[in-house]
Amino acid sequence: MRKTTRKFLAVTASVASIALLATACSSDDDPAPAGTGGEATPDTSKPITLTVATFNNFGYTEELLAEYSKTHPNVTVKQTIAAKSEDARTNLTTKLAAGGAGLADVEAIEIDWLPELVQSSDKFLDLKSDEVEGRWLEFKTKPATAADGKLIGYGTDVGPEAICYRSDLFEAAGLPSDPAEVAELLGGDGATWDKYFEVGKTFVDKSDSAWFDSANAIYQGMVNQLEAAYENPDGTPIPLGENDAVKGLYETVTGADVQELSAHLGQWSDDWTAAFQKSGFATMLCPAWMTGPIEQNSGGITGWNIADVFPGGGGNWGGSYLTVPAAGPNAEAAKELAAWLTSPEIQIKAFLNAGTFPSQTEALSDPALTGATNKFFNDAPVGTIFGNRYKAIEVTPFKGPNYFSIHTAVGNAITKVDVEKSADSAAAWQGALDEFNALGL
Amino acid sequence: MSVQSPVEPESDLAPAPRQPRRVGFSQTLSRWDVKVSPYLYISPFFILFFITGLFPILYTGYVSVHKWQLLQGQGDFVGFDNYTQVFQQKDFWLSLRNTLSIFVISAVPQVIAAILIAAFLDQNLRAKTFWRMGVLLPYVVAPVAVGLIFGRLFADQSGLINSWLGVFGIDPVGWHVDPLASHIAIATMVNFRWTGYNALIFLAAMQAVPRELYEAAIIDGAGRVRSFFSVTIPQIRATVVFVVITSTIGGLQIFDEPRVFDSAGAGGASRQWLTTTLYLYNTGWSGQYNLGRAAAVAWLLFLLILAIGLVNFALTQRIASGSSSGPGKKAKKQSRRYDANRKSA
Repeated sequence: MRKTTRKFLAVTASVASIALLATACSSDDDPAPAGTGGEATPDTSKPITLTVATFNNFGYTEELLAEYSKTHPNVTVKQTIAAKSEDARTNLTTKLAAGGAGLADVEAIEIDWLPELVQSSDKFLDLKSDEVEGRWLEFKTKPATAADGKLIGYGTDVGPEAICYRSDLFEAAGLPSDPAEVAELLGGDGATWDKYFEVGKTFVDKSDSAWFDSANAIYQGMVNQLEAAYENPDGTPIPLGENDAVKGLYETVTGADVQELSAHLGQWSDDWTAAFQKSGFATMLCPAWMTGPIEQNSGGITGWNIADVFPGGGGNWGGSYLTVPAAGPNAEAAKELAAWLTSPEIQIKAFLNAGTFPSQTEALSDPALTGATNKFFNDAPVGTIFGNRYKAIEVTPFKGPNYFSIHTAVGNAITKVDVEKSADSAAAWQGALDEFNALGL
Repeated sequence: MSVQSPVEPESDLAPAPRQPRRVGFSQTLSRWDVKVSPYLYISPFFILFFITGLFPILYTGYVSVHKWQLLQGQGDFVGFDNYTQVFQQKDFWLSLRNTLSIFVISAVPQVIAAILIAAFLDQNLRAKTFWRMGVLLPYVVAPVAVGLIFGRLFADQSGLINSWLGVFGIDPVGWHVDPLASHIAIATMVNFRWTGYNALIFLAAMQAVPRELYEAAIIDGAGRVRSFFSVTIPQIRATVVFVVITSTIGGLQIFDEPRVFDSAGAGGASRQWLTTTLYLYNTGWSGQYNLGRAAAVAWLLFLLILAIGLVNFALTQRIASGSSSGPGKKAKKQSRRYDANRKSA
């Protein structure tokens, strides 16, 4: 009896001391107590460290982040960068599912992940505030707004699309090569996809190179101009077999006329990367951030330029947001940091660092942006071009929770026709229908 | 506190029962020591296993009978719905086909090559350590780096391997198109990483084979090949079983290599190289975030590995004992005869 009591005491004591240790540790980690969550006025007396999790290259250099400490002396900002956005996505969703432990104070997300995250908007801080009212065009804030009106992400960059092209290959094929002339050739403000393919036909007739890199890229550009591609705005999926708009686009890009223009490459594949060195294709749909990969893959090739034009009007491909997970101990301070990082002047700095085109309307007229040129693209005035392309975006594609799955099904079908040549257009479409049905929506 | 020693059952013939003897406590303790201590010494592993191994397995089973989204969390109890849904998915069956195919064309050549390499390393070589370390080097390379390198090699249009084939007038192979070709490419990556690792395990076992057996074999006129099959293989049987079991488990869980085989990581447009683990990942962590179904896949994979592991265990037991126990016994007999000869000499 006595022995049991002693054992019990010992166990209690050790559990208690572990608990004490644990609490001691955690209070070291987050010195800002929960009580400081006042409206945009976090306690500025205690030193805190805020972490920002990004991927690829957001243009947030050490110096840029250190700038924040000038106005917020108690805050140190640290950044963790994932090499691939997929890694960042897995990290974010898994940790959110586990209750939010281990997440950074500010988490960057890509526009494609928004649909599923907006559904769980309670896991994020509402970022609405007067300070950021009217900062973005509606098409940027709409996808980040939950059904109850909560804003879960501040827009960082956008992907307004232009046409990047090889002026040397254009010249060799007897086409005009000056950016303004190319824009005119493709139809100027009234550019259409038909016109784009028509010019492509004249090009491939006189050249060994293909007109564009990948049918899936063209399809992506087209789908981003549909208001509701795969799902009705109320979130219900449109049965793929009855989706005439998507079927029409699919038949266009897998049709014989357009296939003739394709380099038959899967984007981001090793063959695609290698084709840059071999003059594999003459044009590419080119969101602002694509200028980086093109430059990276085309070392030694000098002919690249950018035409201020896009078939079918404007188009947006990609772009990111900064969110603040609600479970973070310094959520309010993190919100302030996120607002600062997405402010016009910081976004222009990030653009100059990494080519991420700012999404803030105010930034568009800033001389630092309008005057920006890109040396690799023969000094193309990228600031002005992508600014114009941004203003030309009219359509906000609705992306619901099943967008990704259905888009993958159609994309696979296009790959079978365009890249693998393992099925004809009709057989591959049947495959997409099967894949859609297997989703059980 | 005292313990009575067990009383033997009475029988009619037995003399009157003895008074139970009181045993000293220290004696009891020492008896407990003998009985319990060994279990205590090995208990840390089992305690850790229950926490980190068994619990996740059981919890996965719990998840698999519920509707469970990654972000929304636990839903209703649905029984075996997730399992029946998995069985209805074409992709699941494709993934099984791919997994088994990649497993067979990686594990079989790998184990054979590893034994041969180990046999060569077991000879008297100059700079032994250099060769032995060299064999292990590929294992140190991160799988993603292996994926990058082999991705370049196996690119359909611009790849080095297809241009080599072109030199011999062979048409380029669609490494990312044809299912079998993609399996071979992925198996190559797997073999590159694991062959050396297994070779070292075999080598360690071979070093423990008594040298007298080889001397006896040589005296009996056995060549290198004969003594390899009649001495080495039977002697390292346990290690062969071990390596076959571990590479079965590893081969059926293959994930890294198929995932980095193309940029999308989804297993190909027609699911040519979608393996079961990759299917599990895609179900749970991208697209639909259906953790319930992913857990069901995990359990099915667990059962499959168990089944194939047992089959392999039985097979290797049979092969090792069936085809070589005769020669093995002969070798022992030979060595005995050799000893006898030596004594008589």
